Amino acid sequence: MADTPEIDREGERPHHQGADMTAPDVKAWFVREVLPMEAALMQFLHHNWRKSGDIADLRQDVYVRVCEAAQQKIPDPVKPFVFSIARNLLIDRLRREQVVPIEAVSDLDALGVAIDVPGPDRAVMARDELRRLQIALDRLPSRTREVVTMARIDGLTGREIAARLGISEPAVSQQLDTGMRALANLLYGEPADLRRGA
Amino acid sequence: MRGTNSEEARAIADEIEARAAMWLRRRYWDWNADCQTEFDVWLDESWAHRVAFWRLEAAWERTERLAALRPMKPEPSGTTQSNKNRPFLFGIVASAAAVIVLGFGAVWWQLQSNGKTYSTLVGGHKTITLADGSSVELNTDTVLRVAISPTQRAATLERGEAYFQIKHDATHPFVVSAAQHRVTDLGTKFLVRADADNLQVTLVEGLARVETSGEWLPRHTAVLVPGDVVVASPESMSLRREPTRKLVGELSWRQGVLVFNRTALADAAAEFNRYNRTKLIIADPVAAGRQRSVSPSAAPATTR
Repeated sequence: MADTPEIDREGERPHHQGADMTAPDVKAWFVREVLPMEAALMQFLHHNWRKSGDIADLRQDVYVRVCEAAQQKIPDPVKPFVFSIARNLLIDRLRREQVVPIEAVSDLDALGVAIDVPGPDRAVMARDELRRLQIALDRLPSRTREVVTMARIDGLTGREIAARLGISEPAVSQQLDTGMRALANLLYGEPADLRRGA
Repeated sequence: MRGTNSEEARAIADEIEARAAMWLRRRYWDWNADCQTEFDVWLDESWAHRVAFWRLEAAWERTERLAALRPMKPEPSGTTQSNKNRPFLFGIVASAAAVIVLGFGAVWWQLQSNGKTYSTLVGGHKTITLADGSSVELNTDTVLRVAISPTQRAATLERGEAYFQIKHDATHPFVVSAAQHRVTDLGTKFLVRADADNLQVTLVEGLARVETSGEWLPRHTAVLVPGDVVVASPESMSLRREPTRKLVGELSWRQGVLVFNRTALADAAAEFNRYNRTKLIIADPVAAGRQRSVSPSAAPATTR
Protein backbone atom coordinates (compact mmCIF):
# COMPACT_ATOMS: atom_id res chain seq x y z
CA MET A 1 0.00 0.00 0.00
CA ALA A 2 2.72 2.44 -0.95
CA ASP A 3 0.17 4.61 -2.63
CA THR A 4 -2.27 5.25 0.20
CA PRO A 5 -3.82 8.69 -0.19
CA GLU A 6 -2.56 11.24 2.31
CA ILE A 7 -5.64 13.08 3.25
CA ASP A 8 -5.10 15.79 5.81
CA ARG A 9 -2.54 18.13 4.30
CA GLU A 10 -4.50 20.47 2.17
CA GLY A 11 -2.21 23.50 2.67
CA GLU A 12 1.08 21.73 2.11
CA ARG A 13 0.41 20.14 -1.20
CA PRO A 14 2.73 21.22 -3.99
CA HIS A 15 0.99 22.93 -6.88
CA HIS A 16 2.27 23.78 -10.27
CA GLN A 17 0.94 26.45 -12.59
CA GLY A 18 -0.13 29.54 -10.73
CA ALA A 19 -2.29 30.83 -13.56
CA ASP A 20 -6.04 30.26 -13.69
CA MET A 21 -7.23 27.41 -15.85
CA THR A 22 -9.78 27.95 -18.58
CA ALA A 23 -12.78 25.62 -18.85
CA PRO A 24 -11.21 23.58 -21.70
CA ASP A 25 -8.04 23.15 -19.61
CA VAL A 26 -10.05 21.95 -16.64
CA LYS A 27 -11.98 19.62 -18.90
CA ALA A 28 -8.85 18.03 -20.39
CA TRP A 29 -7.36 17.64 -16.93
CA PHE A 30 -10.60 16.24 -15.51
CA VAL A 31 -10.98 13.64 -18.26
CA ARG A 32 -7.32 12.64 -18.16
CA GLU A 33 -6.60 12.67 -14.42
CA VAL A 34 -9.84 12.48 -12.46
CA LEU A 35 -12.25 10.26 -14.41
CA PRO A 36 -9.89 7.26 -14.40
CA MET A 37 -10.14 7.31 -10.59
CA GLU A 38 -13.89 6.92 -10.62
CA ALA A 39 -13.92 3.21 -9.82
CA ALA A 40 -11.80 3.83 -6.72
CA LEU A 41 -13.89 6.84 -5.78
CA MET A 42 -17.13 4.86 -6.10
CA GLN A 43 -15.66 2.13 -3.92
CA PHE A 44 -14.70 4.74 -1.35
CA LEU A 45 -18.18 6.27 -1.37
CA HIS A 46 -19.90 2.88 -1.15
CA HIS A 47 -17.75 1.90 1.81
CA ASN A 48 -18.48 5.08 3.66
CA TRP A 49 -22.06 5.91 2.87
CA ARG A 50 -25.00 3.72 3.72
CA LYS A 51 -27.60 5.02 1.32
CA SER A 52 -26.51 3.68 -2.03
CA GLY A 53 -29.11 5.86 -3.74
CA ASP A 54 -27.03 8.90 -2.86
CA ILE A 55 -23.81 7.69 -4.44
CA ALA A 56 -24.31 9.12 -7.94
CA ASP A 57 -25.18 12.49 -6.46
CA LEU A 58 -22.20 12.39 -4.11
CA ARG A 59 -19.91 11.51 -6.99
CA GLN A 60 -21.20 14.45 -8.98
CA ASP A 61 -20.70 16.78 -6.02
CA VAL A 62 -17.13 15.56 -5.59
CA TYR A 63 -16.44 16.32 -9.26
CA VAL A 64 -17.94 19.78 -8.98
CA ARG A 65 -15.79 20.63 -5.97
CA VAL A 66 -12.70 19.13 -7.61
CA CYS A 67 -13.17 21.16 -10.79
CA GLU A 68 -13.99 24.38 -8.97
CA ALA A 69 -10.76 24.03 -7.02
CA ALA A 70 -8.75 22.99 -10.08
CA GLN A 71 -9.77 26.17 -11.83
CA GLN A 72 -7.71 28.12 -9.28
CA LYS A 73 -4.82 25.70 -9.03
CA ILE A 74 -4.16 22.32 -10.58
CA PRO A 75 -3.68 19.96 -7.65
CA ASP A 76 -0.64 17.72 -7.72
CA PRO A 77 -0.76 14.92 -6.81
CA VAL A 78 -4.35 14.49 -7.88
CA LYS A 79 -5.41 11.37 -6.02
CA PRO A 80 -5.05 12.55 -2.39
CA PHE A 81 -6.72 15.78 -3.41
CA VAL A 82 -9.79 14.02 -4.87
CA PHE A 83 -10.14 11.71 -1.88
CA SER A 84 -9.76 14.51 0.60
CA ILE A 85 -12.57 16.34 -1.15
CA ALA A 86 -14.70 13.19 -1.09
CA ARG A 87 -14.02 12.76 2.60
CA ASN A 88 -14.85 16.37 3.43
CA LEU A 89 -18.05 16.11 1.42
CA LEU A 90 -19.14 13.04 3.38
CA ILE A 91 -18.41 14.81 6.64
CA ASP A 92 -20.43 17.85 5.53
CA ARG A 93 -23.34 15.64 4.59
CA LEU A 94 -23.24 13.77 7.87
CA ARG A 95 -23.20 16.99 9.83
CA ARG A 96 -26.12 18.30 7.87
CA GLU A 97 -28.21 15.18 8.03
CA GLN A 98 -27.33 14.50 11.65
CA VAL A 99 -28.10 10.87 11.11
CA VAL A 100 -24.82 9.36 12.12
CA PRO A 101 -22.38 10.73 14.68
CA ILE A 102 -19.26 12.21 13.19
CA GLU A 103 -17.09 9.59 14.87
CA ALA A 104 -18.45 7.11 12.35
CA VAL A 105 -16.09 8.48 9.74
CA SER A 106 -13.01 8.59 11.94
CA ASP A 107 -11.58 5.52 10.26
CA LEU A 108 -11.93 6.95 6.76
CA ASP A 109 -8.20 7.48 6.54
CA ALA A 110 -7.47 3.92 7.55
CA LEU A 111 -9.48 2.57 4.64
CA GLY A 112 -7.31 1.29 1.89
CA VAL A 113 -8.58 2.34 -1.47
CA ALA A 114 -7.72 0.07 -4.35
CA ILE A 115 -6.30 2.26 -7.06
CA ASP A 116 -5.91 0.79 -10.48
CA VAL A 117 -2.38 1.72 -11.52
CA PRO A 118 -2.01 1.50 -15.30
CA GLY A 119 0.81 -0.76 -16.38
CA PRO A 120 3.56 0.48 -18.68
CA ASP A 121 2.62 -1.61 -21.71
CA ARG A 122 0.47 0.66 -23.83
CA ALA A 123 -0.17 -2.00 -26.45
CA VAL A 124 -1.69 -4.29 -23.86
CA MET A 125 -3.67 -1.33 -22.57
CA ALA A 126 -5.05 -0.63 -26.02
CA ARG A 127 -6.20 -4.24 -26.30
CA ASP A 128 -7.60 -4.15 -22.79
CA GLU A 129 -9.48 -1.02 -23.73
CA LEU A 130 -11.21 -2.66 -26.67
CA ARG A 131 -12.02 -5.65 -24.56
CA ARG A 132 -13.33 -3.50 -21.77
CA LEU A 133 -15.52 -1.58 -24.19
CA GLN A 134 -16.98 -4.79 -25.49
CA ILE A 135 -17.65 -6.11 -22.00
CA ALA A 136 -19.41 -2.85 -21.15
CA LEU A 137 -21.49 -3.10 -24.30
CA ASP A 138 -22.42 -6.71 -23.50
CA ARG A 139 -23.61 -5.70 -20.07
CA LEU A 140 -26.19 -3.21 -21.31
CA PRO A 141 -29.85 -4.30 -21.30
CA SER A 142 -30.57 -5.95 -24.63
CA ARG A 143 -32.73 -3.24 -26.19
CA THR A 144 -30.33 -0.52 -25.09
CA ARG A 145 -27.41 -2.51 -26.47
CA GLU A 146 -29.17 -2.92 -29.81
CA VAL A 147 -29.73 0.81 -30.09
CA VAL A 148 -26.19 1.72 -28.99
CA THR A 149 -24.70 -0.80 -31.44
CA MET A 150 -26.77 0.51 -34.33
CA ALA A 151 -25.94 4.12 -33.46
CA ARG A 152 -22.26 3.76 -32.63
CA ILE A 153 -21.01 0.81 -34.65
CA ASP A 154 -23.36 0.76 -37.63
CA GLY A 155 -23.62 4.56 -37.74
CA LEU A 156 -27.41 4.63 -38.17
CA THR A 157 -29.59 7.65 -37.37
CA GLY A 158 -32.43 7.68 -34.85
CA ARG A 159 -34.99 7.46 -37.63
CA GLU A 160 -33.28 4.47 -39.27
CA ILE A 161 -33.04 2.64 -35.97
CA ALA A 162 -36.69 3.34 -35.19
CA ALA A 163 -37.67 1.86 -38.55
CA ARG A 164 -35.54 -1.23 -38.07
CA LEU A 165 -36.72 -1.97 -34.57
CA GLY A 166 -40.31 -0.96 -35.16
CA ILE A 167 -40.36 1.48 -32.24
CA SER A 168 -40.90 5.24 -32.10
CA GLU A 169 -38.08 7.72 -32.54
CA PRO A 170 -38.48 9.13 -29.02
CA ALA A 171 -38.18 5.57 -27.70
CA VAL A 172 -34.92 5.17 -29.61
CA SER A 173 -33.64 8.46 -28.17
CA GLN A 174 -34.60 7.32 -24.70
CA GLN A 175 -32.64 4.09 -25.17
CA LEU A 176 -29.57 5.90 -26.46
CA ASP A 177 -29.63 8.32 -23.49
CA THR A 178 -29.90 5.35 -21.13
CA GLY A 179 -27.04 3.66 -22.96
CA MET A 180 -24.77 6.71 -22.78
CA ARG A 181 -25.35 7.01 -19.03
CA ALA A 182 -24.90 3.28 -18.40
CA LEU A 183 -21.70 3.20 -20.47
CA ALA A 184 -20.18 6.02 -18.39
CA ASN A 185 -20.99 4.05 -15.23
CA LEU A 186 -19.57 0.83 -16.65
CA LEU A 187 -16.44 2.40 -18.14
CA TYR A 188 -15.53 4.71 -15.27
CA GLY A 189 -17.43 3.59 -12.20
CA GLU A 190 -16.68 -0.13 -12.25
CA PRO A 191 -13.30 -1.57 -11.33
CA ALA A 192 -11.22 -2.74 -14.29
CA ASP A 193 -10.90 -6.45 -13.58
CA LEU A 194 -9.74 -7.52 -17.02
CA ARG A 195 -6.36 -8.72 -15.93
CA ARG A 196 -7.86 -11.03 -13.37
CA GLY A 197 -10.88 -11.97 -15.50
CA ALA A 198 -8.88 -12.81 -18.62
CA MET B 1 -27.79 22.75 -3.99
CA ARG B 2 -25.74 21.85 -0.95
CA GLY B 3 -28.46 23.15 1.35
CA THR B 4 -31.13 20.74 0.13
CA ASN B 5 -31.92 17.36 1.60
CA SER B 6 -30.62 14.18 0.10
CA GLU B 7 -33.74 13.17 -1.85
CA GLU B 8 -33.79 16.52 -3.59
CA ALA B 9 -30.08 16.42 -4.27
CA ARG B 10 -30.49 12.98 -5.75
CA ALA B 11 -33.30 14.11 -8.03
CA ILE B 12 -31.31 17.15 -9.16
CA ALA B 13 -28.21 15.08 -9.96
CA ASP B 14 -30.32 12.61 -11.91
CA GLU B 15 -32.01 15.39 -13.85
CA ILE B 16 -28.67 16.98 -14.72
CA GLU B 17 -27.26 13.71 -16.01
CA ALA B 18 -30.41 13.11 -18.05
CA ARG B 19 -30.03 16.55 -19.64
CA ALA B 20 -26.35 15.90 -20.30
CA ALA B 21 -27.24 12.63 -22.08
CA MET B 22 -29.90 14.44 -24.12
CA TRP B 23 -27.36 17.04 -25.28
CA LEU B 24 -24.79 14.40 -26.09
CA ARG B 25 -27.30 12.41 -28.13
CA ARG B 26 -28.51 15.48 -29.99
CA ARG B 27 -24.95 16.51 -30.75
CA TYR B 28 -24.28 13.03 -32.09
CA TRP B 29 -27.36 12.84 -34.29
CA ASP B 30 -28.88 16.17 -34.97
CA TRP B 31 -27.02 19.43 -34.44
CA ASN B 32 -27.13 23.00 -35.69
CA ALA B 33 -26.08 26.51 -34.67
CA ASP B 34 -29.19 27.06 -32.57
CA CYS B 35 -28.55 23.86 -30.62
CA GLN B 36 -24.99 24.98 -30.06
CA THR B 37 -26.06 28.33 -28.61
CA GLU B 38 -28.62 26.76 -26.33
CA PHE B 39 -26.13 24.08 -25.29
CA ASP B 40 -23.41 26.64 -24.50
CA VAL B 41 -25.82 28.50 -22.22
CA TRP B 42 -26.72 25.31 -20.39
CA LEU B 43 -23.09 24.28 -20.03
CA ASP B 44 -22.09 27.68 -18.64
CA GLU B 45 -24.81 27.60 -16.02
CA SER B 46 -22.93 25.46 -13.52
CA TRP B 47 -20.00 23.18 -12.85
CA ALA B 48 -22.50 20.41 -12.17
CA HIS B 49 -23.67 20.68 -15.78
CA ARG B 50 -20.11 20.70 -17.07
CA VAL B 51 -18.82 17.70 -15.13
CA ALA B 52 -21.92 15.65 -15.94
CA PHE B 53 -21.56 16.38 -19.63
CA TRP B 54 -17.78 15.91 -19.77
CA ARG B 55 -18.08 12.55 -18.07
CA LEU B 56 -20.71 11.18 -20.47
CA GLU B 57 -18.89 12.67 -23.43
CA ALA B 58 -15.56 11.10 -22.41
CA ALA B 59 -17.17 7.67 -22.06
CA TRP B 60 -18.96 8.04 -25.39
CA GLU B 61 -15.74 9.08 -27.13
CA ARG B 62 -14.05 6.00 -25.77
CA THR B 63 -16.72 3.86 -27.42
CA GLU B 64 -15.64 5.23 -30.78
CA ARG B 65 -13.03 2.50 -30.76
CA LEU B 66 -15.83 -0.04 -31.01
CA ALA B 67 -16.44 1.21 -34.54
CA ALA B 68 -13.12 -0.43 -35.39
CA LEU B 69 -15.04 -3.68 -35.24
CA ARG B 70 -17.46 -2.60 -37.96
CA PRO B 71 -15.99 -3.99 -41.18
CA MET B 72 -15.01 -7.33 -39.74
CA LYS B 73 -17.89 -9.24 -38.24
CA PRO B 74 -16.59 -12.46 -36.72
CA GLU B 75 -17.42 -15.77 -38.30
CA PRO B 76 -18.79 -17.86 -35.45
CA SER B 77 -16.82 -20.93 -36.47
CA GLY B 78 -13.46 -19.25 -36.94
CA THR B 79 -13.06 -17.30 -33.71
CA THR B 80 -12.45 -20.08 -31.21
CA GLN B 81 -9.28 -21.23 -32.85
CA SER B 82 -7.83 -17.74 -33.09
CA ASN B 83 -8.62 -17.18 -29.44
CA LYS B 84 -6.61 -20.20 -28.45
CA ASN B 85 -3.61 -19.10 -30.41
CA ARG B 86 -3.54 -15.57 -29.06
CA PRO B 87 -4.99 -15.43 -25.60
CA PHE B 88 -4.47 -11.66 -25.34
CA LEU B 89 -6.65 -10.76 -28.26
CA PHE B 90 -10.33 -11.20 -27.95
CA GLY B 91 -12.32 -12.96 -30.61
CA ILE B 92 -13.24 -10.25 -33.04
CA VAL B 93 -9.85 -8.61 -33.32
CA ALA B 94 -8.13 -11.95 -33.53
CA SER B 95 -10.29 -13.09 -36.41
CA ALA B 96 -9.88 -9.77 -38.20
CA ALA B 97 -6.12 -10.03 -37.92
CA ALA B 98 -6.27 -13.53 -39.38
CA VAL B 99 -8.22 -12.23 -42.37
CA ILE B 100 -5.65 -9.53 -42.99
CA VAL B 101 -2.68 -11.86 -42.67
CA LEU B 102 -4.26 -14.22 -45.17
CA GLY B 103 -5.06 -11.34 -47.47
CA PHE B 104 -1.58 -9.96 -47.27
CA GLY B 105 0.04 -12.62 -49.44
CA ALA B 106 -2.17 -11.56 -52.29
CA VAL B 107 -1.41 -7.89 -51.68
CA TRP B 108 2.29 -8.56 -51.71
CA TRP B 109 2.08 -10.42 -54.98
CA GLN B 110 0.12 -7.57 -56.49
CA LEU B 111 2.61 -4.98 -55.35
CA GLN B 112 5.40 -6.98 -56.95
CA SER B 113 3.55 -7.40 -60.21
CA ASN B 114 1.63 -4.21 -60.91
CA GLY B 115 2.41 -1.68 -58.21
CA LYS B 116 3.27 1.87 -59.18
CA THR B 117 6.22 3.61 -57.54
CA TYR B 118 6.23 7.29 -56.53
CA SER B 119 9.24 9.04 -55.08
CA THR B 120 10.63 12.41 -54.02
CA LEU B 121 14.24 13.61 -53.81
CA VAL B 122 15.80 15.21 -50.76
CA GLY B 123 13.90 18.47 -50.24
CA GLY B 124 11.04 17.31 -52.45
CA HIS B 125 7.30 17.40 -51.77
CA LYS B 126 4.67 15.81 -53.95
CA THR B 127 0.92 15.15 -53.78
CA ILE B 128 -0.53 12.20 -55.66
CA THR B 129 -4.14 11.25 -56.20
CA LEU B 130 -4.83 7.54 -56.40
CA ALA B 131 -7.33 5.74 -58.60
CA ASP B 132 -9.74 5.23 -55.68
CA GLY B 133 -9.87 8.98 -54.91
CA SER B 134 -7.52 8.79 -51.94
CA SER B 135 -4.63 11.22 -51.84
CA VAL B 136 -1.12 10.93 -50.50
CA GLU B 137 1.42 13.66 -49.84
CA LEU B 138 5.05 12.59 -49.94
CA ASN B 139 7.59 14.46 -47.85
CA THR B 140 11.32 14.72 -48.52
CA ASP B 141 13.33 11.66 -49.66
CA THR B 142 10.39 9.28 -49.81
CA VAL B 143 9.62 6.16 -51.81
CA LEU B 144 6.08 4.78 -51.90
CA ARG B 145 4.70 1.87 -53.90
CA VAL B 146 0.96 1.68 -54.44
CA ALA B 147 -1.33 -1.00 -55.83
CA ILE B 148 -5.01 -0.17 -56.28
CA SER B 149 -7.32 -2.72 -57.81
CA PRO B 150 -11.06 -3.38 -57.52
CA THR B 151 -10.35 -5.98 -54.84
CA GLN B 152 -7.36 -4.63 -52.90
CA ARG B 153 -5.92 -1.30 -51.87
CA ALA B 154 -2.37 -1.38 -50.61
CA ALA B 155 0.70 0.83 -50.33
CA THR B 156 4.22 0.21 -49.10
CA LEU B 157 6.26 3.07 -47.67
CA GLU B 158 9.81 2.02 -48.49
CA ARG B 159 11.30 5.02 -46.76
CA GLY B 160 10.49 8.60 -45.77
CA GLU B 161 7.23 10.13 -44.66
CA ALA B 162 3.76 10.37 -46.15
CA TYR B 163 0.41 11.86 -45.17
CA PHE B 164 -2.54 9.73 -46.23
CA GLN B 165 -6.10 10.94 -46.72
CA ILE B 166 -7.94 7.75 -47.43
CA LYS B 167 -11.31 7.50 -49.09
CA HIS B 168 -12.99 5.03 -46.80
CA ASP B 169 -14.39 1.81 -48.21
CA ALA B 170 -15.33 -0.64 -45.47
CA THR B 171 -15.27 -3.62 -47.82
CA HIS B 172 -11.75 -2.80 -49.09
CA PRO B 173 -9.66 -1.39 -46.26
CA PHE B 174 -6.61 0.53 -47.34
CA VAL B 175 -3.51 -1.17 -45.96
CA VAL B 176 -0.21 0.68 -45.65
CA SER B 177 2.83 -1.37 -44.78
CA ALA B 178 6.09 0.14 -43.66
CA ALA B 179 9.11 -1.19 -41.79
CA GLN B 180 7.42 -4.61 -41.48
CA HIS B 181 4.32 -3.15 -39.84
CA ARG B 182 0.89 -2.48 -41.22
CA VAL B 183 -1.59 0.35 -40.85
CA THR B 184 -5.16 -0.45 -41.81
CA ASP B 185 -7.35 2.54 -42.45
CA LEU B 186 -10.82 2.59 -41.00
CA GLY B 187 -11.83 5.92 -42.54
CA THR B 188 -8.92 8.11 -41.93
CA LYS B 189 -6.29 10.82 -42.30
CA PHE B 190 -2.93 9.74 -40.98
CA LEU B 191 0.78 10.40 -41.17
CA VAL B 192 3.30 7.57 -41.57
CA ARG B 193 7.02 7.98 -41.13
CA ALA B 194 9.40 5.08 -41.60
CA ASP B 195 13.11 4.38 -41.55
CA ALA B 196 14.79 0.99 -41.76
CA ASP B 197 13.00 -0.66 -38.86
CA ASN B 198 10.91 1.95 -37.16
CA LEU B 199 7.46 3.13 -37.99
CA GLN B 200 5.67 6.15 -36.60
CA VAL B 201 1.97 6.59 -37.28
CA THR B 202 0.10 9.72 -36.28
CA LEU B 203 -3.66 9.68 -36.61
CA VAL B 204 -5.17 13.05 -37.48
CA GLU B 205 -8.77 12.12 -38.17
CA GLY B 206 -10.96 9.01 -38.21
CA LEU B 207 -9.85 5.57 -37.11
CA ALA B 208 -6.95 3.33 -38.04
CA ARG B 209 -5.47 0.11 -36.80
CA VAL B 210 -1.76 -0.58 -36.55
CA GLU B 211 -0.33 -4.09 -36.42
CA THR B 212 3.28 -4.93 -35.89
CA SER B 213 4.47 -7.96 -37.74
CA GLY B 214 7.97 -9.00 -36.82
CA GLU B 215 8.97 -12.56 -36.09
CA TRP B 216 8.41 -11.98 -32.39
CA LEU B 217 5.17 -12.86 -30.71
CA PRO B 218 2.67 -11.84 -29.63
CA ARG B 219 1.73 -9.60 -32.46
CA HIS B 220 0.89 -6.08 -31.30
CA THR B 221 -2.27 -4.36 -32.41
CA ALA B 222 -3.52 -0.90 -31.59
CA VAL B 223 -6.63 0.90 -32.72
CA LEU B 224 -5.94 4.61 -32.97
CA VAL B 225 -8.24 7.55 -32.42
CA PRO B 226 -7.34 11.11 -33.43
CA GLY B 227 -4.32 12.45 -31.56
CA ASP B 228 -2.83 8.99 -31.07
CA VAL B 229 0.75 8.44 -32.13
CA VAL B 230 2.13 4.93 -32.46
CA VAL B 231 5.84 4.31 -32.66
CA ALA B 232 6.71 0.75 -33.58
CA SER B 233 10.14 -0.83 -33.83
CA PRO B 234 10.94 -4.53 -34.25
CA GLU B 235 11.12 -4.85 -30.46
CA SER B 236 8.24 -2.79 -29.23
CA MET B 237 5.21 -0.69 -29.90
CA SER B 238 4.16 2.30 -27.85
CA LEU B 239 1.06 4.44 -28.03
CA ARG B 240 0.79 8.00 -26.80
CA ARG B 241 -1.72 10.79 -27.13
CA GLU B 242 -0.73 14.22 -28.35
CA PRO B 243 -2.64 17.46 -28.10
CA THR B 244 -3.79 18.80 -31.45
CA ARG B 245 -1.33 21.70 -31.46
CA LYS B 246 1.53 19.21 -31.49
CA LEU B 247 0.03 17.40 -34.45
CA VAL B 248 0.08 20.74 -36.27
CA GLY B 249 3.87 20.73 -35.81
CA GLU B 250 4.23 17.22 -37.20
CA LEU B 251 2.21 18.14 -40.27
CA SER B 252 3.86 21.53 -40.84
CA TRP B 253 5.96 20.24 -43.74
CA ARG B 254 2.78 20.05 -45.80
CA GLN B 255 2.68 23.86 -45.67
CA GLY B 256 6.37 24.10 -46.53
CA VAL B 257 7.51 25.04 -43.02
CA LEU B 258 8.98 23.23 -40.06
CA VAL B 259 7.64 23.95 -36.58
CA PHE B 260 9.68 23.12 -33.51
CA ASN B 261 8.22 23.11 -30.03
CA ARG B 262 10.78 22.76 -27.24
CA THR B 263 13.07 20.80 -29.48
CA ALA B 264 16.79 20.40 -28.75
CA LEU B 265 18.89 22.27 -31.30
CA ALA B 266 20.64 19.05 -32.38
CA ASP B 267 17.28 17.38 -33.05
CA ALA B 268 16.09 20.43 -34.98
CA ALA B 269 19.26 20.31 -37.08
CA ALA B 270 18.68 16.61 -37.79
CA GLU B 271 15.13 17.46 -38.88
CA PHE B 272 16.41 20.24 -41.21
CA ASN B 273 18.98 17.85 -42.62
CA ARG B 274 16.25 15.57 -43.87
CA TYR B 275 15.46 18.32 -46.38
CA ASN B 276 18.96 19.39 -47.45
CA ARG B 277 22.00 17.79 -48.97
CA THR B 278 24.22 20.40 -47.30
CA LYS B 279 24.03 19.26 -43.69
CA LEU B 280 23.82 21.50 -40.64
CA ILE B 281 26.22 20.54 -37.86
CA ILE B 282 25.94 22.06 -34.37
CA ALA B 283 29.57 22.30 -33.20
CA ASP B 284 28.94 23.40 -29.61
CA PRO B 285 27.62 20.48 -27.53
CA VAL B 286 26.04 22.84 -24.98
CA ALA B 287 24.18 24.73 -27.68
CA ALA B 288 23.13 21.41 -29.24
CA GLY B 289 21.20 20.50 -26.12
CA ARG B 290 19.36 23.82 -25.79
CA GLN B 291 15.65 23.73 -26.43
CA ARG B 292 14.06 26.16 -28.85
CA SER B 293 10.57 26.76 -30.16
CA VAL B 294 10.55 28.14 -33.68
CA SER B 295 8.01 28.44 -36.42
CA PRO B 296 9.82 29.88 -39.45
CA SER B 297 7.74 31.27 -42.26
CA ALA B 298 10.24 30.42 -45.00
CA ALA B 299 10.16 26.93 -46.42
CA PRO B 300 13.30 24.97 -45.69
CA ALA B 301 12.86 23.48 -49.12
CA THR B 302 13.84 26.83 -50.66
CA THR B 303 17.48 25.97 -50.01
CA ARG B 304 17.01 23.02 -52.33
